This record gives sequence, structure tokens and C-alpha cells, in this order.
Amino acid sequence: MATDAADGGNRRDFLQIVGWTGFGLGVAAVAWPLFQQMNPSADVLALASIDVDLAGVEPGMAITVQWRGKPVFIRHRTEEEIAQAEAVDLAALRDPATDAERATSADGTTRQPWLIQIGICTHLGCVPLGNKQGEPKGDYGGWFCPCHGSHYDTAGRIRRGPAPRNLDIPPFVYNSDTEITIG
Amino acid sequence: MSADTPTPKFTGVLGWIDYRLPVISWGYKELVAYPTPKNLNYFWNFGSLAGIFLVLQIVTGIVLVMHYTPHADMAFSSIEHIMRNVNYGWLIRYAHANGASFFFIVVYIHIFRGLYYGSYKEPRELLWILGVIILILMMATAFTGYVLPWGQMSFWAATVIVNLFSAIPLVGDSLVTWLLGGFSVGNPTLQRFFSLHYLMPFAIFAVVFLHILALHEHGSNNPVGIDLTKKDKIPFHPYYTVKDVFGLFVALLFFGAFVFFAPNVLGHADNYIPADPLVTPAHIVPEWYFLPFYAILRSITFDIGIFGFTLIDAKLGGVIAMFGAVLVLFFLPWLDTSKVRSATYRPIYFWAFWILLADVVILTYTGAMPAEGIWPTVALIGTIYYFFHFLVLLPLLGRFEKPKPVPESINKPVLPRAAPAGPQAQPAE
Amino acid sequence: MRTTFAAALVGAALFATPSAAPAAEAGAELMTRDWSFEGIFGSYDDAAAQRGLQVYDQVCAGCHGMKYVAFRTLTDLGYSEEEVEQIASNYTVTDGPNDMGEMFERPAEPNDTWPSPYRNDAEAASIFGKAPPDMSVIAKARVGGADYLYSLMLGYDDEKGMDLSPGNYWNKFYPGNIIAMPPQLYPDLVQYADGTEATPEQMAADVSHFLMWAAEPKLEQRKRLGIGFMLFCTAMALIFYAMNRRLWADIKK
Repeated sequence: MATDAADGGNRRDFLQIVGWTGFGLGVAAVAWPLFQQMNPSADVLALASIDVDLAGVEPGMAITVQWRGKPVFIRHRTEEEIAQAEAVDLAALRDPATDAERATSADGTTRQPWLIQIGICTHLGCVPLGNKQGEPKGDYGGWFCPCHGSHYDTAGRIRRGPAPRNLDIPPFVYNSDTEITIG
Repeated sequence: MSADTPTPKFTGVLGWIDYRLPVISWGYKELVAYPTPKNLNYFWNFGSLAGIFLVLQIVTGIVLVMHYTPHADMAFSSIEHIMRNVNYGWLIRYAHANGASFFFIVVYIHIFRGLYYGSYKEPRELLWILGVIILILMMATAFTGYVLPWGQMSFWAATVIVNLFSAIPLVGDSLVTWLLGGFSVGNPTLQRFFSLHYLMPFAIFAVVFLHILALHEHGSNNPVGIDLTKKDKIPFHPYYTVKDVFGLFVALLFFGAFVFFAPNVLGHADNYIPADPLVTPAHIVPEWYFLPFYAILRSITFDIGIFGFTLIDAKLGGVIAMFGAVLVLFFLPWLDTSKVRSATYRPIYFWAFWILLADVVILTYTGAMPAEGIWPTVALIGTIYYFFHFLVLLPLLGRFEKPKPVPESINKPVLPRAAPAGPQAQPAE
Repeated sequence: MRTTFAAALVGAALFATPSAAPAAEAGAELMTRDWSFEGIFGSYDDAAAQRGLQVYDQVCAGCHGMKYVAFRTLTDLGYSEEEVEQIASNYTVTDGPNDMGEMFERPAEPNDTWPSPYRNDAEAASIFGKAPPDMSVIAKARVGGADYLYSLMLGYDDEKGMDLSPGNYWNKFYPGNIIAMPPQLYPDLVQYADGTEATPEQMAADVSHFLMWAAEPKLEQRKRLGIGFMLFCTAMALIFYAMNRRLWADIKK
């Protein structure tokens, strides 16, 4: 400062603080829209839900559909696969969940033959193998992520490898026995 | 209070860095301690203000590119996407569009301040020339940027401006094709203009850096126009930082009035119509900051030649006049032969300055008028005066004008009343 | 005084363009209205815009598309999400390709934008001689804005149009006066949901209001933020002015 006259010193200091604080707040306020613009825009947020027709999917078959840019695995499981999943000791799981819980829709309808999951490994986002015929299903008959070796069982639960969680379940509801809405 | 502030010895982490990479002491020297004349008036605010608007344009521009699509089929709709869907997209786009206008108005005031106070004279010739380079780069950037929304005005501005180059003898037409990447304005044109529009601001930034380097070598000019001693200088911070921030908020009030309450006033309604290569808008005019040059372009409506032999046809003549209007500024330090800097002490140049400013304002207005009635004549007279000022008046004034006595220091006016009546009365208020 | 002079020159330079441009184009002086969205505190009148939507929906949309305006944004005008779905479902959009590789038609959803009734401009032009323009930003794409749209809707003169070739109409406010769009608004053309009497003036005003919203949906947010910005900058300018004065008191003596 130039000279701090004894009389005006305090008032000047106060003014300085108010002024430069306000200036800083102004800069922050300008930064806010510049930061916010990188968040999803209104059209992305409003992305519509999709309807999926399950009629043609026989037991043992699986299809992949796209929702919000992500693959969704829809698997019509066989009796053996369900039995295999139910036989597992929950205490031994990294992310414990019963088979029935895994096959429950957003409005609470449980249809165990149908397993609907987001086909993205919970480790680092690769798409696991095992939803198409001929692909390796991993050591537990479900899915296998080739990126870092995560094995998922027939209920999509993580059994071995680095992934922290089971495959995520998207929000979906049954419109009828053969049609679901995802999102 | 003198500006002889020594750079402090930095300690701790700062000292460790500064010992190895002296950016901190350098920044201190140039931005904090920089000895600045203590008699600068508010016209000296516009330099730093121009720097702030440059940064604003670069920041908002980089952000817009995150959502904009430089393709003829998608450019217009990506702008509408920014205006409707992107968070604060409307604000960022309006700030960028109006920011261009404000950058120009601030720079124009900065230039006229330099003209009035003779800031281009020895030893600041290169400082001035770097400034003219910045102006040219700004014009190229503004033009390429205006094309990007791909509205009707964008498209036809690109068509008209690029066709200026067809006036060049022999190579003109090939040059136009080369610039466009086709036989008319199209997607290749849009994409290269986008690339250049992104590149040039960084070139401007680099030249601004040199501009400041040159400025700090001999220090700022001042309203009295004499070389100052250290006792008449004060450190840049806090005196001019506080003053510049005050000026910034006043400028932002004007800026905000446009961005928030009249965001499309400086633009053209036609640019909200998607580009249509088959229909030219009824009345095409450039953005306001190009209008004086546009008026000069249109003022040459006759061929120039001798003995019935055309040397320069009207089209080429207009193009030469328009580019000449900017290029003449490069030679200003040598065209103005007077040793006295400030117009305050130059009785005739004082009036020449105001007449030139009025001339440019008239040319601006003329540029917005349709080329009919009295306007072509007005444009021609304005153009002739513009060149007369730089090429005839200034060299002669240096020889024949009798300057008023110039004070030896800013504290010692020659006559009790002469100096304080002028800019001396204004500093820091 | 010198500063004032300079400011006046700069001001004159700044405003040379806008004052000049419309004068050269306009055919007749536009009929003006006091729109609620004008002025510093202006905002849209939801009731007027909703009536305007009804006119747009029942009259304009037969020929014009509005491809940048999504149905979901109608919630800005006070519609509920169910009402928006209802409005959207009256329109048909092309989607696809489906599993068979074919494009198919389905009712529009809130996230769709207003479809054009024609596949493309060429088809529209083959019917009207000239493609009806998209309405998304029409209120910003015409000098005069909402006033122009309002005037245009009411500017037809059947008698002067008698001698024109088929498909051309005489309009007082259209540049050149000969327009390909037939007059649209007749008394009681629509049944307003709120019971307002549907005079041509009322419908023209409402639909212009709606189109202004369509062109500039962020207007209210913009003006609100602008008031805060201006107040903040005024306060900061005053504070820094005071700081500057005190700081320089020693220097200036």
C-alpha cells in the first residue's frame, strides 16, 4: 500500500477486502457456466426410454439392446442356469444378492427366467463376453470380461477378478409378458 | 512515491522455483512493479480491457467448440443445440458474439488514443506495428468466425469477402478457388474457416505478448507525451490494477446490456436463416466494425488509367483502397514527422485528429447505407480524406505546424493554465 | 467535454447499423403491440403462448415444421408432462431403421422435435412453389420479430390479390408484397381452450407470442440473470471507484 494513514487505514482495509473478495466471487461466477456447460445437455438428459419385445427370445438365448448409449444384456435363462445361481452361498459373494433380487423389475415384479442387466463391467467399463453364442462365458457360466479377467455367474454376480460389483440392473418394467420398457 | 520498487527476494517454494525458473520475479517485475506514468487518464484503460476481452473470446470460444459442429449440414443446427440444450449455452454464445463487437470497440478506442497522444512515435514504432498486426489478425478472426453459424449472412459474407481476391490480376480467380476449396462457398470453406478461426486467436495472443514486451521496454506513453523520469512513475499494482478493474466493471455494464437485454441487436436477422446458395439476402452489410472499410471498398466506382488505358479497374481499385486503409497504418510512425507526441501541444493536429475520427464515423455510417443516392459520393469523399490525412496532412504538419511549448515534466507546466486544462486534469479520475 | 464528444461518436457508430438496415427493406410500417416479453423485466405470458400453440398446432403445423423445438420444452409454457405427451402424440415422426432395416412411422414423443409435414424441402416446394420456411427461429430471422409476424398474418388484401397468378397473394408487410402463403386466420378458426374469442387479431398475436418463445426459449432466464449481473457490476464498479479514489489520493495531492 502507498501510505496507511492512521485515520483511514481500517476503512481502506475493509474496502480492499470487500472489493477483492467481490472480484474473486465475480470470477467464480463466470467460471460456473463454463463448468456447467460440460454436464449433459437437456436433450441428452431427456433421452427417451426404449421398449423391447421379448417374444422371440427362447430359453438359453440372449439379446443385446442399446439404451442411453450402453449395451443392455437380456438373457432368457434355462432352469439349470437359475438352479446353478440359486445354489451359491451368499456369504461367499463379493456383492451378495439372491437370484430373485437380480431378476426383479423396478416395480417389484420378479420373473426369474429373465435377467436384464447393463452389459458393462463394473471394473473399468468394458463390455463382457458371453451374451452371444460361441463367446466364452467365464468359469461360472455367465459372462467374462476380457479386459482384466472378471468372471460373472449366471445371475450376473461378480465371482472372480477385479470388478467390485455385480453387473448393474437398469430401471425397467414389464408392460406385458413379452414386452419391457427400459428407462 | 516512486516506481523504483526492487523485486523482492522470493523465499520458500516460490524461491526454489524462481531460482531455477525465474517466472515469478519476471511476473512481479512486469505486472506488479512495472513503473507506470502517474498521469495516465482513463483512455489508458482500454489496453488492458482489450486483453481481457481477448481472453473472454478465447475462453468462450474453446467452450463453444465443445458443442459446435463444423459441417455445412450441421453447423446451423449445432448452434441451435447450443442455444436450447447446452447448459448456459445461450449465455456463452451471446457473450462470444457480442464479445467480438466489444473487443473491436475497445481496440478502436485504444487505437484512437494512440493516434491522439502520438503513442506510435519513437521509440514505440514496433509497438505500434505489432498493434496493427493484431488488428489485421482480429479482422481475419472475426470474419472467419462470422461464417461459422452458417446462416445467410455467414454464407454471403464469405462469398463476398473471398471474392475480393478475384480482383487480383492473373491469379485472382485461381486464388479464390484455392481459398474456397471449391467453385463456391461450401463445406470445405466452412471447415477451413473453422480451423483458422480456432488458430488465429492464439496467434493474436502471441503478438499481444510481444506488444506488451515492446511496451515495457520503454514504458507507457502518457497524456503529456514527454519522456518521464522515475519519480513520475508509480508501480502498476495496486494503482493501475485497481483502476483497470474499476474500468472493467464499467465496461461490463455496457457489455451486459447487450448480452442480456439486446443480444441480437448488433447481428443481422438474416443470419437466423440457414445458408442458401441460391438466394442472396436483399441487403447485405458486414458487422459494424467492418463498415468503414466496407465503405472504402465501395467508394471506388470508376476505373483508373491514363490516355484511355485502364491501369486499375474499379473492382481492383476498391480492394486496394480497402486494404490500403489498414496497411497505411504500418507507415504512420514515419508519415507523422512531428517530434511532439501529444495532440494537446499540436494546435493543428488536434483538429486533424477530430476530423479524422469524424471521417471514420461517417464512413461507418455510409457503409451501412445502400450504395445509391448521395452515399457513393459521401463514401468517396470520406475515403479521399482518410488517405489525405495520413499521406499528405501528417507529413506536412510536421514541417509547418508550430507546436505549443511542451512542459519539461508533468509537475511543471509551462504556463499555469495551458497544460492543466488538457488531459493533465484527468489522471486517475 | 472531449470525452462526451468521443462517447457520442462511438455511440453513433454503434447504432448506425441497426437503424439503417430495416429502413432499406421494410415495405410498410409494421403494426406494433406491447408484448409482455419486451423490456428489462419482460417475460412470456403463458396463457397467450398456450393459445398461440393451439393456433400453431391447428393451423401453421399443416405446412410448417419447427425442427429445432423439442416438445419437451413446452413444459416451459406451463404444460404438465402428460399434456406434453398428448400434444406430441398428435404428430407423426419417422424413426428407424427397425430390425428389418426399414424406416417406420410412429407418434412423436416429448423428446422429438416438431416434424415437418413433408419429407424434405423439395417435396414442399413441389406443392407450394416454394418450401414453407421452418418456424424454429422465424421470430429472430425477420426484421421486426414478433411485430412482423403479427403484421404479416393480418396484412392480406384479397382485392389487390385478385389479379395475381394462382398461388400468389398480396400482403402489405411482405417484402415485395407478393407472398406464396395464403391468408390463414378467419374468425373462430380455432376454439380456444380458455374461452377467449378467436378473432384474427387475437390469433395473430397469440401465435406470434408462441413463435417468439420458440425462437428464444431462454429469454426469461437471460433477463433474470442479466438483472443480477448488472446489479453486481454496478456494486463492484462503485466499490472499485472508492478504492481507486482512496488509493490515488496520495498520488494526486
